[in-house]
Amino acid sequence: MTSPRVVITGVGAVSPLGLTAQDLWDGLINGRSGVGPITAFDPAGFTCKIAGQVPEYKLRDYIPKSSRKAAKLMSRDIELSIIAANEALRHARFNTPGMETPDPVTLEPTRTAIILGAGLISCDLVELAPAVAASVKDGRFDLKQWGLQGIQHVTPLWLLKYLPNMLACHISIIHDIQGPSNTITCAEASGHLAVIEAMQIIQRGSADTALAGGTEAKVNPIVMARQWLINRATSQGNDAPGEACRPFDAKATGSVFGEGSGLLVLESLDTAQARQAPILAEIVGYGQSNCLNTPYESLESDGKGIQIAVSKALAKACLTPDQIDLIIPHGTGVAQDDAAESMALSAVFGACLANIPVLPTKSMLSNTGTAAGALDLIAAVKIMQHGIIPAAVNCTDKSPDCALSIQTQSIEKPIRYALCCSYSYGGQTAAVILKNPQDEARYS
Amino acid sequence: MSDTSKKRIVITGMGIVSPIGHDVETMWQAMLSGKSGAAPTTIFDASTMPTQFSAEVKAFELSQFIQDTQRHALGNRGSQFVVAATAQACQQARIDTGTDAPNDSIDRTRLGVYLGAGEGAIDSDVFFDCIVQAWNAETRSMDWATWARVAFDAMKPWHELEQEPNMPASHVAMFTGARGPTRSCLTACAASTQAVGEAMSILRSGDADVMICGGTHSMIHPLGIMGFNRLTALSTRNDSPTTASRPFSGSRDGFVIGEGAASLVLETLESAQTRGVPVLAELVGYGSTADAFRVTDMHEDARGAIAALRAALRDAKITETDIDYINAHGTSTSENDAIETLAIKGVFGAQAGRIPVSSVKSTMGHLIGAAGAAELIACVMALRDNTLPPTMNLHDADPDLDLDYVPNAPRKVALTTVINESFGFGGQNNVVILKRFEA
Repeated sequence: MTSPRVVITGVGAVSPLGLTAQDLWDGLINGRSGVGPITAFDPAGFTCKIAGQVPEYKLRDYIPKSSRKAAKLMSRDIELSIIAANEALRHARFNTPGMETPDPVTLEPTRTAIILGAGLISCDLVELAPAVAASVKDGRFDLKQWGLQGIQHVTPLWLLKYLPNMLACHISIIHDIQGPSNTITCAEASGHLAVIEAMQIIQRGSADTALAGGTEAKVNPIVMARQWLINRATSQGNDAPGEACRPFDAKATGSVFGEGSGLLVLESLDTAQARQAPILAEIVGYGQSNCLNTPYESLESDGKGIQIAVSKALAKACLTPDQIDLIIPHGTGVAQDDAAESMALSAVFGACLANIPVLPTKSMLSNTGTAAGALDLIAAVKIMQHGIIPAAVNCTDKSPDCALSIQTQSIEKPIRYALCCSYSYGGQTAAVILKNPQDEARYS
Repeated sequence: MSDTSKKRIVITGMGIVSPIGHDVETMWQAMLSGKSGAAPTTIFDASTMPTQFSAEVKAFELSQFIQDTQRHALGNRGSQFVVAATAQACQQARIDTGTDAPNDSIDRTRLGVYLGAGEGAIDSDVFFDCIVQAWNAETRSMDWATWARVAFDAMKPWHELEQEPNMPASHVAMFTGARGPTRSCLTACAASTQAVGEAMSILRSGDADVMICGGTHSMIHPLGIMGFNRLTALSTRNDSPTTASRPFSGSRDGFVIGEGAASLVLETLESAQTRGVPVLAELVGYGSTADAFRVTDMHEDARGAIAALRAALRDAKITETDIDYINAHGTSTSENDAIETLAIKGVFGAQAGRIPVSSVKSTMGHLIGAAGAAELIACVMALRDNTLPPTMNLHDADPDLDLDYVPNAPRKVALTTVINESFGFGGQNNVVILKRFEA
């Protein structure tokens, strides 16, 4: 029994480094940081006043006329995912009804899946505040007033803006995607887990094509407060935002959160070849597991759950550790978790680890939550295409707990196999291995 | 595809925490006797809301289900529900839990978790109070510095973490020691059926031997009820909560929101046989589609639902004539019940009149993310007893809805193959097919 091979034929990236995958690459190769002062709200009272924010955009440039009415129901998470979906599908040379071109539609609706990682979409407090204010009695919020007065101030379709599955729903409506649709809610592991599920859907024959990845807009007061409360957000970097997120560095003080969307078009190799689509990479291995730790928000010290996921990915790809040419770790800048991730990779790679370049990306991209893993996969695709590993930033004084070969200079090197891994607060872990198509003449 | 080599996937354990019972047998008997889980809401003061009742899980104590509650003591309602349901399911399937040294011969790296899980309830008092203090009504803006000062002081770290929808899966992994593939999904009311379907797919792919799957959700809180009330999706029959959920009735006026968790142990037949555990039923088909129509409405021709049903039949390699019973999504909303009926007619044609269809939401209420898995458990029990759970409160005919909805009383009937349907807000359609197990 042989499963179809699954390849990546398009990518779309909205990140603090720009609105396209090319912007992402330009930013990474130039060592640019997407982290800056928070402008989405006034962070005056916040301990962490910085974030990775996506540059300004006009949503109407990315949605068809028929969707303008629905735009009122789009939270920022939904908007970012729509922009990335648009780029990924065009990049894969698909034409869809949402693109409003006279050309025939080439994306087969019932044979296309959409599997997205999404976060808990925090509600817009400014939008909700008038309803809450109308529920005050004797200076305090009062549930009876809430029922009598407050709720009438909330727009009737309010709930639909905040259901995590709405990202995939809006995209499926715009581009007419009628196959399996799922929304993976495993926090920062979601991007990889969504790609893995999409791959399995193609392998089991339920779709030929899938849009997969993750999107999250974390620059929201509730999210920022939450991450600080669970001790993951730095409070040290406000004066030098670009240097604040320091994965694996001795001076790491926590993560910096941000927003983004990374979406990939996955296809069976057969259909990609049949339509002569450009093949960007093949997904050759994946693994999934759990860290088991209380408190849940941190990894177990040996990173066992990551170790299992990475080992399974290597086994699936039939690779030995020495065949991996690049590792993009999860590396959040939370010192304890970075140390655990390093331990996990050491356990899998042993002595080989010294020879494998490692590129943490959150120093530049910030921690984009459910988008993070997908953006890393897109970074890996770009690195393979260019044969250059960008220099790591903010790791000038590597932590003594870190056994990874983090390169502070860019390296020109053909990359055959790249490994990306991720984990969530809560414990879910994932690893994905990509193969460079230039390695195999058969693809072209 | 490689149909002939598809692994057989069986159910070997089930557990539930529901508005009508905290174990499978109690829930099942309540369903058969037509007992409703609905009553005036007590979780918060809903006495002025358009909908003042719900199907709550009553008198729940995690310590009644597991010995060492410490690792889950701070878990939100959904996390605790699903740990309790998983304790039951694992006991039935003979999987060791709550220990770092399990002795059940299951390789923990091949034991996975897949939940359709909702977000944890927001810490309402703190949430609303922070807004009240920071809102400037004159400028219609938030004073974020004030908000931050109040919020950072009042928000509890664990409560914030427990709102994340992945946390129930984290608790289940911790409880069972699962180190295999673990995911959590949230496709509204279709989530836990999707979780079961994808868990089955993971087992078929060979990535795991045993999967704990199902769902958990509680949206009975001031924001959840508000959201559904604003959508006019909930029944407002405040004078008669127990008859409010009336799927397929001409006088239906919305769904009755419930809460709870359902957990199932799925494994490859090979694993079940090697371990020598009894098989409860076999999962034979799964279909999943999207409407791609509107975020507010189901497709008017039931396009997505029909496609999901057909995909599940194809996956199971059976035909319309093989189906003995359909456990409907049957929410008791005007739209769902009409479109669902249309979908069944669209797929089964002349057969549709022959196949009994019922909705256990008439007794249990709508468990949202947990609904599909809870209803799948009802399907397994229906197979066991050759008995269909009724659609209660079905007294007023809707002229357009003319299937056999098993009205108001359970029915004895020989069952071999049954369907469980779930549809979610936004247009996700998930269907699984269950079969009486024959070796």
